[in-house]
Amino acid sequence: MSLALNQSAIATAVSRLADQIFQAAGHETIDLVGIRSRGDEVAERVAAELRGKGAQVRFGVLDISLYRDDLAHLSSNPKLQSSEIDFPIDESRVILVDDVLFTGRTIRAAFDALFDYGRPRVVELAVLIDRGHRELPISPTYVGEYLQTARLDHVVVSLEKTDGKDAVEIISKQ
Amino acid sequence: MARKDFLDIVSLDREEIIHLLDQAVPFKELFTRSVKKVPALKGKTVLMLFYEPSTRTLSSFEVAAKRLSADVTIFDVPHSSVTKGESVRDTIDTLQAMRADYIVVRHQLAGQPAAIARQTGASVINAGDGAHAHPTQGLLDAFTFREVCPEMAGRKVVIMGDVLHSRVARSTSTILDKLGVEVAFCGPGSLVPRTRFKRFTNYEEAMKWGPDVVYLLRVQKERMDQSFFPSDREYHNVYGITEERLKRIAGEGIYVMHPGPINRGVELCDGVLDYERCLISRQVENGIAARMSVLYDLKPQVS
Repeated sequence: MSLALNQSAIATAVSRLADQIFQAAGHETIDLVGIRSRGDEVAERVAAELRGKGAQVRFGVLDISLYRDDLAHLSSNPKLQSSEIDFPIDESRVILVDDVLFTGRTIRAAFDALFDYGRPRVVELAVLIDRGHRELPISPTYVGEYLQTARLDHVVVSLEKTDGKDAVEIISKQ
Repeated sequence: MARKDFLDIVSLDREEIIHLLDQAVPFKELFTRSVKKVPALKGKTVLMLFYEPSTRTLSSFEVAAKRLSADVTIFDVPHSSVTKGESVRDTIDTLQAMRADYIVVRHQLAGQPAAIARQTGASVINAGDGAHAHPTQGLLDAFTFREVCPEMAGRKVVIMGDVLHSRVARSTSTILDKLGVEVAFCGPGSLVPRTRFKRFTNYEEAMKWGPDVVYLLRVQKERMDQSFFPSDREYHNVYGITEERLKRIAGEGIYVMHPGPINRGVELCDGVLDYERCLISRQVENGIAARMSVLYDLKPQVS
């Protein structure tokens, strides 16, 4: 196991996301929807930085478990959590936020989940880490950090509120 | 490894119960969205096999399965070949060929759902078997109780009526007990078995015990003549919530639950239905969420 990003590198990646999003937003209200789990914590941090810059931010959380394409193949289903999107997303510009972008399947599920809440005008994607190896034609709008990984590597993201520490580690499977 | 079947409450441990209850919360939250459906069971088939008449439980399972995007087939037993003498075993073989992933069974014989579960790789859910169990009712009751008394442990529930013949009483008392709730039974002496739970034969004494919830069992009219109960009116006066008793219940802030369908003027007076702490319609709504939680949790072993 090797440490890919330490606490300060994660903080830099979060700031990079916030900067890009802030510049693209103009004076518009920014709607962030974090994907559970950990995408919500990334979104929270980005939201805090954006508010620090004076932006108006609305914040929601999405659990995509029920929309996964592999439920039938799992020996037990992921534990469900609540989704909380308390603002109307019809005609809004929604930025989905996740910790790691890998195959793209989570984002595919998130699109379906999001569209059951309404019809956004635009959907964008912000990820803390893009590690490559897409299986679907999905690309991020904003990226905090790119990581070179092998297809079978395991990228483990730990975040303070969820896991008690900030770290991104890569476990290589040879 | 997830369970294949959901047959009774007795075989669940506390952790599994809490897991199913917790999981029902996000399902209930879906009901306030304009799109109430999620794709979790897309492409799966849920078969309803009801050997006993039921409108509520059947509809509740049907709505639950449909909100999970499953295809639902209702096997209409009273009009099927079962009435022509086909055995349950042969029926299941026929249904196997339909490749159901989940079979929801109600049967008048205790143990029949478990027997079917052994015969099929499909996930079997017991929707009531004889006087044995009605585990999804237990789950929805516990869920409803937890909404109003979140800490549960040490709270008191009195289950009122024909406890002896009631699978609801069995499942609901078992699940509440596992969650640390104090349970008591109250009803006519011949219809309240001696168990380790507190036992009352007098309504007033049961109320003096200080319950947080009065859980009324449905009077099974078909038993009325069997000299268990003298008459509707007498039952109402002895074990029912009358207008007079409702005032005391309201004064003490006691919740009222009932598995439905209710018999007005027997278990309860009309006023109960307008009482703010009457949880009966909430039980119906929660039943869908609880059943979605069960369906989502099971893993059929079919290829």
